[in-house]
Amino acid sequence: MVLLEAVLSGVLVGGMYGLIALGLNLQYGIARMMNLAYGEALMGGAFSAFWFFTLWRIDPLASMLFSVPVAFVGNWLIYRYLLTPLVRRAANQDVLEADTILVTFGLLFVFQGLALVQWGGEYRGYTYLALPVNVLGATVAFNRLLAFAAAVVLALILYWLLRATRLGTAMRAIAIDPVAAQLVAIDVPRLSALAFATGGAIMAVAGTLVSMFLSFNASIGIVYTLKALIVVIMGGVGRMLGCLMAGLLLGVAEALGAYLVDPGLTLAINFALFLLVLLVRPQGLFSRG
Amino acid sequence: MTDALPLLAIRGLHKSFGGLQAVRGFDLDVPSGAIVGLIGPNGSVKTTVLNLITGEIAADGGSVRLADQEMTGLPPFRICRARIARTFQLVRILPGMTTRENVLVGRLFGAAPATLERARREVDALLERVGLAERAEQQGAQLTYIDQKRVELARALATQPRVLLLDEWLAGLNPSELQIGITLIRQVRSEGVTVVMIEHVMEAIRALCDHVVVMSAGALIAAGAPEAVLRDPEVARVYLGDDDA
Amino acid sequence: MADKAFVRWGIVLAAIAVLAAVPVMVSAYTVSLFISMLAYISLATAWAFFSGRTRYISLATAAFVGIGTYTVAVLSDHLPLPVVLAIAPAVGFAVAFGIGLSTLRLSGVYFVIFTFGLAELIKQLVIWFEINQTKTLARYIFVNASGTLIYELLLATAVVVVAGVWWLSRSPLGYALRVIGEDEMVARHAGIDTTRVKVLVFAATSAVMSLVGAILSLRYTYVDPNIGFNSLVSFQVLIMALLGGIGRPWGPALGAIPLVLLFELLSGTFPHHFGIALGLCFVVIVYYLPGGVMGLIDRWRLWLRS
Repeated sequence: MVLLEAVLSGVLVGGMYGLIALGLNLQYGIARMMNLAYGEALMGGAFSAFWFFTLWRIDPLASMLFSVPVAFVGNWLIYRYLLTPLVRRAANQDVLEADTILVTFGLLFVFQGLALVQWGGEYRGYTYLALPVNVLGATVAFNRLLAFAAAVVLALILYWLLRATRLGTAMRAIAIDPVAAQLVAIDVPRLSALAFATGGAIMAVAGTLVSMFLSFNASIGIVYTLKALIVVIMGGVGRMLGCLMAGLLLGVAEALGAYLVDPGLTLAINFALFLLVLLVRPQGLFSRG
Repeated sequence: MTDALPLLAIRGLHKSFGGLQAVRGFDLDVPSGAIVGLIGPNGSVKTTVLNLITGEIAADGGSVRLADQEMTGLPPFRICRARIARTFQLVRILPGMTTRENVLVGRLFGAAPATLERARREVDALLERVGLAERAEQQGAQLTYIDQKRVELARALATQPRVLLLDEWLAGLNPSELQIGITLIRQVRSEGVTVVMIEHVMEAIRALCDHVVVMSAGALIAAGAPEAVLRDPEVARVYLGDDDA
Repeated sequence: MADKAFVRWGIVLAAIAVLAAVPVMVSAYTVSLFISMLAYISLATAWAFFSGRTRYISLATAAFVGIGTYTVAVLSDHLPLPVVLAIAPAVGFAVAFGIGLSTLRLSGVYFVIFTFGLAELIKQLVIWFEINQTKTLARYIFVNASGTLIYELLLATAVVVVAGVWWLSRSPLGYALRVIGEDEMVARHAGIDTTRVKVLVFAATSAVMSLVGAILSLRYTYVDPNIGFNSLVSFQVLIMALLGGIGRPWGPALGAIPLVLLFELLSGTFPHHFGIALGLCFVVIVYYLPGGVMGLIDRWRLWLRS
């Protein structure tokens, strides 16, 4: 594989990473929940696409009509009934964060366990739209291009929604200062729940897209949660453009690492990048000051 | 003021957050044994100065010297051990610990090494001096506001400081509590501790301070004896809606 | 006063002596059960001493246990067992020290993220190494260690860990850890070198976990990355510590003992649903027993007094 192809495929995957980071930004930046079970929605989306396609010959993209609402509602319920009681109970932000981490860590095992019981631990995959396309002289699979395009479009829609609509502005206000937001009559609990649910829905979309060209199993949730966390830290919490760029950076770094060193070391590259950012610029690569 | 070298000498301290310059070229000389007041309309910038001095935030530039020692760049615990102590604008009591345990932390870790026994005895004496002797066993979460303030003061004093930085320590006290507080600060100075106090309570500034400096928009705009500074029209102008306590 | 302490110590020593004699008195299955209990007592107590007190939640227990397992798996053919059992905690210490230095100077979120992924990361590194070096993921441990030896080693470890935590809790170090957990800014400004305390305690407790992992691995002849780095272990230790109550030296042990039995029962009856059952069990604990069992006991005591 030529270097250009490696970089290109890295960019394409990086778009997905940027997307999942955006979703986490909604959950952590606005709803203020560090959700360690975040990747499970992606795993769910991937498996729905897989079953819809292999069992019923339904277009995997169409499976989103099922998986996205399920992820949305599921995450909303989790926020409303599992996480809000913690908010009420917590004495301060640190205790809340600790409680949230513990509870979502538990949820992770519930969902992962359910998937393992239902579908076993083997890796699954399917071929869909894997047609070769020529981009800038390199050959790339069409499904990767499609996934990238979809991720970019969704990211731009989200960006526009947050910047240009009243709802989005209210959400951004909550991200900056939830107490002040409440004082200007913003319904913080309802919008936080909405943000959290949307984050989960985004993961379902990402899972569907990713399943087109990467294999997956019931345990991949953790890996994608990790990537989302790392990208958000690199890009800066609450910084959408920063997260998109950090996602691309991660994708390219992984691809270069796979090409120059070994494809089996993607997590090591993730962590190396994470460590580098922590040591040099913990506030995020793209934040000011 | 004498011509002796200042105990605490601050030169050109500045700090920006993002594009916003919060502290611009702050200078201050604090002679040994003085009580210096730091006033100004914007509370958070003055706290930022305190955070810069105590190493909580890294300064962009400038220097803080205690006697001969350079403090800039040191982490907070080293600055504490170098004998600069502080209280916090929002009282930070350890709720799950008793009064004695709250104060003990300062003695054990911020001051000269001592056995647990000796440290406890010294802390009990300190609690006596600030009027907390009866509350020694009480849980931090159950203390009244004035008592929490006393605990903060005691904890800072337990580190055996040469310089004590008070961040609006007298805020929110009723008139009789205020008098108690003022007396305590006088007592602290008489024990040889130099005090720098950020305050809005002008009565306390007038009663206690030898010297006052005024900050506005991140820079110093006036300095001098309390009466002169407080009558300065520039200072009055900057203090729109002067909140005299 | 001195007499009371003497009696208490006497009871404790007698109990340890009885426990040490257990393997000759009961069946091999019971010994195996006790082995699990002793291992988890050490793991949960060590975890709680750092994460419980400082509130920096480490999700990496499985990673350090795995480091111990793999140290034995890789070195036991080449070096005598006591040496290997000394190297395992040293490796755990070094890894934890590095992580601590990188992440504990910053807010707790970075630490959690790092420990969250650590087991996966090390698993992937081990897989990469195995595929490239030995071409197989399987590792065999040919150390001839009897159940009794493993039991006694773990008993000794558990006694040292619980005694150590008990002793340190009353020392300035334990006190410093509590202050860090209550309000780290106060800790800093009261003269506590919070970074040094956090890094050293994290590294030491992780070393304990690696030692336990190394001793435990002697029960098995076969190990592979998925067995060695099983995140469920991190979760189980967490549940035990939280159930028992993290405020006291004995708390996590109190949580470990019944839960080891419960988990043994669950994994026997519902082998595939084990993770789900764990998760649900955990949610119950977080919501209904926020202070753990010790918290319950404390509240009960307060109620009795009033």
